[in-house]
Amino acid sequence: MPIDVTLPGGLTLALVPDLILMAGAMVLMLWSAWRPDSASHQRSVGIGALVVTLITTAAVIWFVASGAAAKQGGIVAVDSFRWAADLIFLLATFIAIAISIDYNTREGIDAPELHVLVLFATSGMMILAAARDLMIIFLGIELMSIAVYVLAGLNRRSARSAEAAIKYFLLGAFSTAFLLYGIALVYGATGSTNLAVIGETVAKYRLGDSPMLLAGIALLLVGFGFKVAAAPFHMWTPDVYEGAPTPITGYMAAAVKAAAFAAFLRVWIEGFSGAYLRWHLAVWWLAAITMVLGNVVALAQQNLKRLLAYSSIAHSGFVLVALVAGTPAGSSAFLFYLFAYTLATMGAFAVIVALGQPGESDLTIDSYSGLWNDRPWMAAAMTVFMLALLGFPIVGGIGFLAKWYVLQAALQAPAPQFKLATLLVITTTISAGYYLQVVRVMYMKPRPANAPARLPAGRLTQIVIGAAAILIVALGLFPDSIAGFAQRSVAQPTTTAPAAPGRMAVMSPGSAGAGR
Amino acid sequence: MPNFFYQVNFYLFGLIAIGSAIAFVTRRSPVAAALWLVNTMFCLAVLYVMLEAQFIGVIQVLVYAGAIMVVFLFVVMLLNLGEPSEIADIRGKWGKLVAALLGIVLLAQVAALSGKRMPEPFIPGTGYDAQAVRDLGAVGSVAQPLFNEYLLAFELTSILLLVAIVGAVVIGRRRQIDAR
Repeated sequence: MPIDVTLPGGLTLALVPDLILMAGAMVLMLWSAWRPDSASHQRSVGIGALVVTLITTAAVIWFVASGAAAKQGGIVAVDSFRWAADLIFLLATFIAIAISIDYNTREGIDAPELHVLVLFATSGMMILAAARDLMIIFLGIELMSIAVYVLAGLNRRSARSAEAAIKYFLLGAFSTAFLLYGIALVYGATGSTNLAVIGETVAKYRLGDSPMLLAGIALLLVGFGFKVAAAPFHMWTPDVYEGAPTPITGYMAAAVKAAAFAAFLRVWIEGFSGAYLRWHLAVWWLAAITMVLGNVVALAQQNLKRLLAYSSIAHSGFVLVALVAGTPAGSSAFLFYLFAYTLATMGAFAVIVALGQPGESDLTIDSYSGLWNDRPWMAAAMTVFMLALLGFPIVGGIGFLAKWYVLQAALQAPAPQFKLATLLVITTTISAGYYLQVVRVMYMKPRPANAPARLPAGRLTQIVIGAAAILIVALGLFPDSIAGFAQRSVAQPTTTAPAAPGRMAVMSPGSAGAGR
Repeated sequence: MPNFFYQVNFYLFGLIAIGSAIAFVTRRSPVAAALWLVNTMFCLAVLYVMLEAQFIGVIQVLVYAGAIMVVFLFVVMLLNLGEPSEIADIRGKWGKLVAALLGIVLLAQVAALSGKRMPEPFIPGTGYDAQAVRDLGAVGSVAQPLFNEYLLAFELTSILLLVAIVGAVVIGRRRQIDAR
């Protein structure tokens, strides 16, 4: 089914899932204001948000099944890369809302608008995955970020939550300025904000050496680097992740990061693949520093939320390796990695929510000691999530395959990334130090006698944890369906010009790598 | 050569605008500075009208001089930022030196680039089009691209503002903490 996104009708059709989500969020917003705040109202709005998420997911799946496609060009993409990214966001959204219903009840957060804001943030992410125009990308990032700034500070009775929100807001505004300035310079250098036109202009006029374009790319790199929490732009991450309400932290670590990465990849592959030689080294170093710093600093963490924050920084580095490869294989490995990472991260945060004490006072790794004796199933699920994040075979399920595909993409790129692949393996080994520490404490350390009694976990949280753990292991054993979908979901570079001998062949790795 | 009346008006309001802008950055009291900025905005609006961009001129007065500056003044007065010394953002010799240096660099850039033209392929699409203004009117030539080419961006902006308002209300209300 071809869709012409340059016509108003086609554009509307292409945006149907996004429109469903936004309309649902607005209806829920009115409903949440209809009654006074109470725990039961919060719960029912949350259930409503889950239903809206499911309807949107159904719409996305319908689009995938119908094989809708649009030509390159236009301001919105209709391709399987977009749908795959959307499904990742919706998965993270579903889990985040499900666990925050139980979490809010325990923490006494009555504001039902939390669920509405999560839905709005998700609609921003879906716009980001679809956008083929820097202006739309900017609006998508802002829509997502502004909702998440508020979500980070939603726990009004916690000083740390307020600190997280204000830090995230100020630094986020700062990085937005970088992004906007970068967009302005790229527009100045190429005369367009449309990614397809930018890609063509860069290739046609050999703009790889234009200082204005390079300055624009550098500023965009800083802006996106902040949003995906890549070192050295990661300073905000641990504090914000620690202070924000736990379900929101999971949502930030999984969905917000995935959305920023989706836009990052599309801009870089579709817009700037003609300047690959220029940005390749910068992204290479970004990936290398992020992997090393994230994994090494995570070793020293005692607080579980901080540990997962550094682990999320480290995973940004692993995903950047797929971006450095710059090939279609790289972009499908990228999607597969984000899917596995989202499932494992959301699962781990769901366990933290399930085992938390009111006021989030008890989040050290040691508070998990003896979990195997009290709650064997919870311990088993946490083991699966930790091993999936580590990339352990069989028990870690798709976590292992995700790392494997990224390695494969890095090694089979036209310019093979041997050093980066080696670094990936070494830092993964380092990461065993902290992931296995959590597992060890759960099984081998007895629970101290004076420890507070564990509270029963909410039903929704338990279901989500079980489903996520089973999915990770099952898809790890039978990965064909999802790997096949990821392989079909690639972002294509727009360099249409035939590769000139020598220089061009290296400059557009996508066209050389996988004969479009 | 534009007529004499036009020239007089241009220099008059141009000079007032520059004078007000200088006054705006040199006043120590934030309220006085804000009012000088309002003056600058008004003069700019006059210049827009002289360029036959009446619509932009009106919007300049309504939005910048009206809405935004009033909000600025509200914030300044509500937060009691009256004490001049507290809010001076450039302090000390070094801050001023760096600011002056940046200003000189910017001036040099403008001087270097003022004689040059962009190479042909990189000139952005059609900008000010006199024919379009005559056909569609000043408002129409703004509305046409806004509701055709940039409709999606326009609608997304409205969602963005809605989210910002909802977020501000959620964060700003006191009920939740006071009840406990």
